[in-house]
Amino acid sequence: MFSYCADPSTLDGFSWLACYLTNGKHMAFWASFGTVMVLLLITAPAALVFGFGGAMAARSHIAPLRWLGKGYTAMVRGIPDIAFFLFVPIALDQGIEWLRHKAKCPDWEEPIRQGSDFVVCAAAKLPLSSSPQWVHETYGFFLAVLAFAIVFGAFSANVLFGAMRAVPHAQMETAQAYGMTDRQAFWRILVPQMWIYALPGLGNLWMILIKATPLLFLLGVEDIVYWARELGGAKTSIYAYPHPDWRLYYFLGLLVFYLGLTRVSEVALDRLSRRLSHGQATMAGEAQRKAAA
Amino acid sequence: MKKLVLTTAALALSAGMALADTIRMGTEGAYPPYNFINDNGQVDGFERELGDELCKRAGLTCEWVTNEWDSIIPNLVSGNYDTIIAGMSITAERDEVIDFTQNYFPPDPSVYVATTADVDVASAVVAAQTGTIQASHVAASGATLVEFATPDETIAAVKNGEVDAVLADKGFLEPIVAESGGALVMISDDVMLGDGIGMGLRESDTELKAKFDAAIGEMKADGSLNALIAKWFDGMDAGF
Repeated sequence: MFSYCADPSTLDGFSWLACYLTNGKHMAFWASFGTVMVLLLITAPAALVFGFGGAMAARSHIAPLRWLGKGYTAMVRGIPDIAFFLFVPIALDQGIEWLRHKAKCPDWEEPIRQGSDFVVCAAAKLPLSSSPQWVHETYGFFLAVLAFAIVFGAFSANVLFGAMRAVPHAQMETAQAYGMTDRQAFWRILVPQMWIYALPGLGNLWMILIKATPLLFLLGVEDIVYWARELGGAKTSIYAYPHPDWRLYYFLGLLVFYLGLTRVSEVALDRLSRRLSHGQATMAGEAQRKAAA
Repeated sequence: MKKLVLTTAALALSAGMALADTIRMGTEGAYPPYNFINDNGQVDGFERELGDELCKRAGLTCEWVTNEWDSIIPNLVSGNYDTIIAGMSITAERDEVIDFTQNYFPPDPSVYVATTADVDVASAVVAAQTGTIQASHVAASGATLVEFATPDETIAAVKNGEVDAVLADKGFLEPIVAESGGALVMISDDVMLGDGIGMGLRESDTELKAKFDAAIGEMKADGSLNALIAKWFDGMDAGF
């Protein structure tokens, strides 16, 4: 990074630290904070979509759809996150490769499972084994995102299902009295008003999601926990920047990062909650009305 | 049967030709000097240099990926990469699940390292990395085994007194003891474990195994493997 970093063994004090914190490994560490943020920013809306679909299915009048919605929430909520995170990417990966194998290599005669090996033809591999490493990493990352979205989608489906029921029933009856169809009443009356009831639950989920991001590490994604452990470990002089065991400081840094992230989220959620309460027949909405009057 | 083998070989060949031979080399990246992530974030070490040379000789294009030690065999088997080149000793147990090339590193002695010399390794609390031959050895020796996911954590555990000693490959421990300034000492004679270190491959990947076997044999014959080991392991004589 800096011109004087060419030979780290001659440096000491601040210049050593400046070079150390800007070497290639640390750059990857800084970039991994971006990985975590990208995960959050993709997973949150995706989970909300899954959740909305799940909640809608769970209150459907069509029985099989209702069973699907209920089954989805019950299953995912009842299984430990970690078991699910380890299962979903492997199952998805093998499932997709199996489908591609069936489509692309119909002449293949060998069994797909040979002992403990899972063997599909080279053209069915996903990503292809000839694709560059970043494709493999991105693919792995999106499998992880999908696993997160499925799990947190189930939680949010449960929250949204409750929120939909919390909207006063009289409002829906009034809508029907005005001649709205079920669909119109759902989109015009129920959905705009349910968010304030859903917000505390969704806010909690967001916090849990932030705290669940280190699970990326379990899935082999090189996230901040991976790099903190890798960088913090004691380094002998085979490395350009030898140092003793510094994991304590790296993990301390992670604590500060996560605490900061959740604190910012809390403030933002408080503001959003105040805004959504405006004009609502809830205690918070009522308090706002009185304060203004 | 013969026809089946031939068709498979032809299929594998044609598929291989269409996709160019990119072999993904799986390693741990946490076991210097065998393999580690250098300060530029690249895989480095004895096995990096060896692997690149083997690929060159076998006419393969190779790419390096890292994976946790814990799941390094399952991920090979499920096809996330094509080889394991991570200081993995050849043992009968592992050979049931994956295949090994001939060894490219002689049976490496293991040693116990502790903070003081008066530890009785037969009854002490001993750290080892999960899923290593050292871990099985400690478990069988009657000592209390404490397992860690990475080699680095086993050393940290000895230093902060969580365990009495650590058992690991001598090649890994030697530079650590030398640079500890007397804080760590080797407390035992060499413990011989395993049949040397080889590359791990899927059992179904016989063609690739033959290529690497041939390349390793070639490097043993012309002395370049001995030279490479001497370079990374402080002048050690491998005697190939």
